[in-house]
Amino acid sequence: MSSVPFSIGPAAQAAPVRPPAAQEAEAVGRPAPRPAAPPVPVKAEVRELEFHYGDFQGLKGLSMPVHERRVTALIGPSGCGKSTFLRCFNRMHDLYPGNRYRGEIRLLPDGTNLLASAVDPIEVRMRISMVFQKPNPFPKSIYENVAYGLRVRGEGNRRAIDDKVEQALRSAALWDEVKDRLQDLAFNLSGGQQQRLCIARALATDPEIMLFDEPTSALDPIATASIEELIADLKDKLTILIVTHNMQQAARVSDYTAYMYLGELVEFDTTERIFMQPKRKETEDYITGRFG
Amino acid sequence: MSTSRAGEDLAALRELIGRHKRRDVMFGIVGLACMMVGVVTLIVLFIDLLIDGAPRFSWDFFTSFPSRRAGEAGILSAWVGTLLVMAVTMVAAVPLGVAAGIYLEEYAPKNWVTDLIEINVTNLAGVPSIVYGLLALGLFVYALGFGQSVLSAGLTLALLILPVIIVATRESIRAIPGSIREAAHAVGATKWQVTYDHILPYSVGGIMTGVIIGLARAIGETAPIITIGALTFIAFLPAAPVQAEFPFVSGEWLFAPFTVLPIQMFNWVSRPDTAFHANAAATGIVIIVATLAMNALAIRIRYRIRQRIKW
Ligand SMILES: Nc1ncnc2c1ncn2[C@@H]1O[C@H](COP(=O)(O)OP(=O)(O)OP(=O)(O)O)[C@@H](O)[C@H]1O
Ligand SMILES: [Mg+2]
Repeated sequence: MSSVPFSIGPAAQAAPVRPPAAQEAEAVGRPAPRPAAPPVPVKAEVRELEFHYGDFQGLKGLSMPVHERRVTALIGPSGCGKSTFLRCFNRMHDLYPGNRYRGEIRLLPDGTNLLASAVDPIEVRMRISMVFQKPNPFPKSIYENVAYGLRVRGEGNRRAIDDKVEQALRSAALWDEVKDRLQDLAFNLSGGQQQRLCIARALATDPEIMLFDEPTSALDPIATASIEELIADLKDKLTILIVTHNMQQAARVSDYTAYMYLGELVEFDTTERIFMQPKRKETEDYITGRFG
Repeated sequence: MSTSRAGEDLAALRELIGRHKRRDVMFGIVGLACMMVGVVTLIVLFIDLLIDGAPRFSWDFFTSFPSRRAGEAGILSAWVGTLLVMAVTMVAAVPLGVAAGIYLEEYAPKNWVTDLIEINVTNLAGVPSIVYGLLALGLFVYALGFGQSVLSAGLTLALLILPVIIVATRESIRAIPGSIREAAHAVGATKWQVTYDHILPYSVGGIMTGVIIGLARAIGETAPIITIGALTFIAFLPAAPVQAEFPFVSGEWLFAPFTVLPIQMFNWVSRPDTAFHANAAATGIVIIVATLAMNALAIRIRYRIRQRIKW
């Protein structure tokens, strides 16, 4: 093929986070996303998803699987509908009037259609948590930020909450930095710490899927590296969908990649194939920076 | 094309900037003058009140009932009346106003009915207070049979400041960034949980500011209180709300006749005997100081909250 293969830049090589070799190592250790290997179980199946903001159609018939305990990256030029797509998974669009879904997102193994109007968006959000682009901690203490999801679920046991908070903060690699000041206001943390706090908040309730919408775009390179490392660790436990503008980040953290353009899914495949041998010309142009 | 400006060109540019700057200065002077008209008038008025009223200030002035002799008259029944009326106003207006504000901002469907209500609420703030007085005379005094009482007066003023509280509530709710609201929804909170755990606590500073500013307005209101029939000469206090014997609390004071500070002042001003005018001035000082103190408190609360929660 005449395609210019995506070269993982020096920044990526220098990153301590996830050397390119990690993907291979993993492919050996676990069922790899290769046709020959046993298929990776699917956590959610998107079928013919359409979405309207009032009269404007934001998503036009998307279909793709989301593989269990894998990281799926959504890439594409600004305004192509990545955030719109991501926010369908936790029914965030329900908060605003005039938004409509069509098609389905089936959560497996139970087969619940997340978009069905009979399914309560609260139930969906309790199963699928989200980390936003800009860190958005509550103006409460660090402890209360992480505990909030548990309180919403009616957890009243002090000890149980304490344990969960510690566990979540440890998983978010924040425990050591904040364990002596859990009652401090979350706003006093640095941007990177705030984002990890938001990850801890999303983790505390044991979600099945975690959604990340450009979680590092407001952070410096060091904070970014720590978040990427975290995402790599988290996928042992849960399924991750991440929107990113940064091609190298997609290459570093994800197992699968979906390329979107103007509300449509252009190509979905393993990250390796999307970056090394994309089937579509548009994908290749975008990946190689000839567009977008 | 030369890259540097010729000397002539530069001079013209400087001349232009100079002309524009002169306009700056001119407006500065005009604006200052306009502002001084307001501020100086206020200060002169206050000093005039002070000169007239200061000699009357004494402990007795606050602990005496009104009297036929100007030198012995005091404002005891008036300030107690004001306090009781304000208590009723606050208890009635705060829950109603805050709930209405939250409903309009968080729960109300976005349609033309809501828009209509919104416009009405905002306009209510501009209705002359005597109109509220007339409404209250018909509703509270006669229809509901509360009579010319503390209760009627408190409810009337509550109606008057309701729009202020509703608007303040909505504004401080609107100041909460959407990202915080989304964060709360994203962990699975219901609308009520978001409201109770986040919206309310984060907007409480703005709401309190609105309440205090509303009360500061109510404290000086005279017209609607006269309309519902406050007395101008009250030589007794309403029954105390706390009693020595069972059931210890009494609601009798709610139905007592009353007077308030601005009415006491109005009464004294309208007397031909100028000795009473000093009493009026002293009462005016009390009202102004109370209002200023409340506004200062509101500013302080707002400042404190801003320091703690900055979006
Ligand atoms: N609330 C809204 N109402 C109407 N149109 C919207 C709304 N939000 C987004 N859109 C439109 O939907 C399209 C997709 O937006 P979206 O935010 O999903 O893009 P994105 O891929 O996440 O872009 P970016 O990379 O810049 O974040 C855009 O054309 C945008 O203008
Ligand atoms: Mg986006």
